[in-house]
Amino acid sequence: MALTPQDVRRLGALARIELTDEELDRLAPQLDVILEAVASVTEVAADDIPPTSHALPLTNVFRDDEVRPSLPQEAVLAAAPATEDGRFRVPRILTEEG
Amino acid sequence: MSTAILRATAADLGARIAAGELTSVEVTTAFLDQIERVDGEVNAFLHVDRAWTLAQAEAVDARLATGENLGPLAGVPIAVKDIFCTQGVPTTCGSKILEGWLPPYDATVITRLREAGLVILGKTNMDEFAMGSSTENSAYKITGNPWALDRIPGGSGGGSAAALASFEAPLALGTDTGGSIRQPAAVTASVGVKPTYGGTSRYGVVAMASSLDQPGPCGRTVLDTALLHEVICGHDPMDSTSIDAPVPPVVEAARSGDVRGLRIGVVTELGGEGYAPGVELRFREALAALEAEGAEIVEVSCPHFSYALGAYYLIMPSEVSSNLARFDAMRYGLRVGDDGVNSVEEVMRLTRGAGFGDEVKRRIIIGTYALSSGYYDAYYGSAQKVRTLIARDFDAAFEQVDVLVSPSTPTTAFKRGERTSDPLAMYKADLCTIPSNMAGNASASFPCGLAPEDGLPVGFQVMAPPLADDRLYRVGAALERALDTARGHTLLDELAESPAGAYLNVVEA
Repeated sequence: MALTPQDVRRLGALARIELTDEELDRLAPQLDVILEAVASVTEVAADDIPPTSHALPLTNVFRDDEVRPSLPQEAVLAAAPATEDGRFRVPRILTEEG
Repeated sequence: MSTAILRATAADLGARIAAGELTSVEVTTAFLDQIERVDGEVNAFLHVDRAWTLAQAEAVDARLATGENLGPLAGVPIAVKDIFCTQGVPTTCGSKILEGWLPPYDATVITRLREAGLVILGKTNMDEFAMGSSTENSAYKITGNPWALDRIPGGSGGGSAAALASFEAPLALGTDTGGSIRQPAAVTASVGVKPTYGGTSRYGVVAMASSLDQPGPCGRTVLDTALLHEVICGHDPMDSTSIDAPVPPVVEAARSGDVRGLRIGVVTELGGEGYAPGVELRFREALAALEAEGAEIVEVSCPHFSYALGAYYLIMPSEVSSNLARFDAMRYGLRVGDDGVNSVEEVMRLTRGAGFGDEVKRRIIIGTYALSSGYYDAYYGSAQKVRTLIARDFDAAFEQVDVLVSPSTPTTAFKRGERTSDPLAMYKADLCTIPSNMAGNASASFPCGLAPEDGLPVGFQVMAPPLADDRLYRVGAALERALDTARGHTLLDELAESPAGAYLNVVEA
């Protein structure tokens, strides 16, 4: 077994996803099957093959550094879960331990 | 009258609106009425706002009345997958985490539709964040396949495909990351095209796997799809991967359908074990029809296509785990557990736990694992090498042939619930479509018959080199002409006239 429920809980924490015990029991065996199946890629991935990250060659695209109109502040804040004084209001960032 | 409108092609509706024989309001009303009549059973749409849609149609009629030339699809309505940002109109991407979100801007593709005078009928159902092959992963509703409502309409763009096949819309928009346009087209007997990567703008399209995602046109006929292709494709400075080159001559190719002397390569690896007999039968018949039209058929091996599924299910989740980090409960969307005590990190964790469904969680976790230190080389690194091998297979094949072909999917539409507890079985629905996303070339699915064993549609996939999208339409048009002529009608006409399609109520009195 590649992935235990404990591994999945840890990965969930890394990805900031709260998982219930019931979800861990259900998802862990499925993830294990998927990982086993996709591991076939290692069979043909020889050292001399360059990796491809993108289908077409990518180049940086620049535009002129000029001021352009952006969305009005109200439009940007309209969908926010919470706002205060024209800004996004977020929960506290520091924990007790600092 | 309204039945004739529902059964007409988009090209015909556009021509009649331009000629003043019909108004956009008349045409749009007919489709809104059809949605009202049958969508309770089909469940293709997540959001329809009659007043908003009719206001668009009235505005187009007014523009046309002043003599403005808006192009061949002006006034024609279209269904839009709920992955495209539509300003002030709900966009959920099939997820609870975006419930009630009203985007502050339009996707570039939506802007192009508006400029060309198309009228948006509503937003269609999809697998959550486009992750799935059956539309069963939607957080909102299950869409039926109009051919048999207890069967899946494909995914992730099942809503758009079902809207076409149930005559609720003459055109639709989709996005294709591993087959989400082509597989739903295949199982509903509609046409779906994934343009060359970079052919359509991704600006304002909710991102799943950025190196693979590609918006594209869906229609009931090859010409309709080409006309839409021409409207939505083309360079966009707002997408840094957008190709700055002319749109290939797709409409001309769809009108011509001339395949004389065209070399067509059948991919050896995409067939055989695991493929339904009826799928293989109709695929072979389509090949014979193309040969009769003057094409030359040869067999081509693409040995690394067998590894495409594995590589895809490492690369895509890796990109997903990164892209979906934006759903952090801070700037838009759902927020859970903001009680004044929980930290920002706890609120993120609780929100994402509550807002994402199973498949999204599975993919984010696989991606997080594949990118983690100690596993990166074995998983993500190897998958990227396989991507190189697949691109090399395509390059070698396109030196021998003009296009490659295969069945679009190994089987016809499976039953609702049949694969939901077996993710790997679900993933295999995209076995044939994934290679083109990995290499970025153009690819399409065209209807090629009904499988004798279950009477359900079979799709014929055509793959063309990058920026040779017109070859897809050339082959599609030849196939459509040959098969429909031999049959005497289109497959969707057959559905409309059959007892199975009686509930659609689109038979002329």
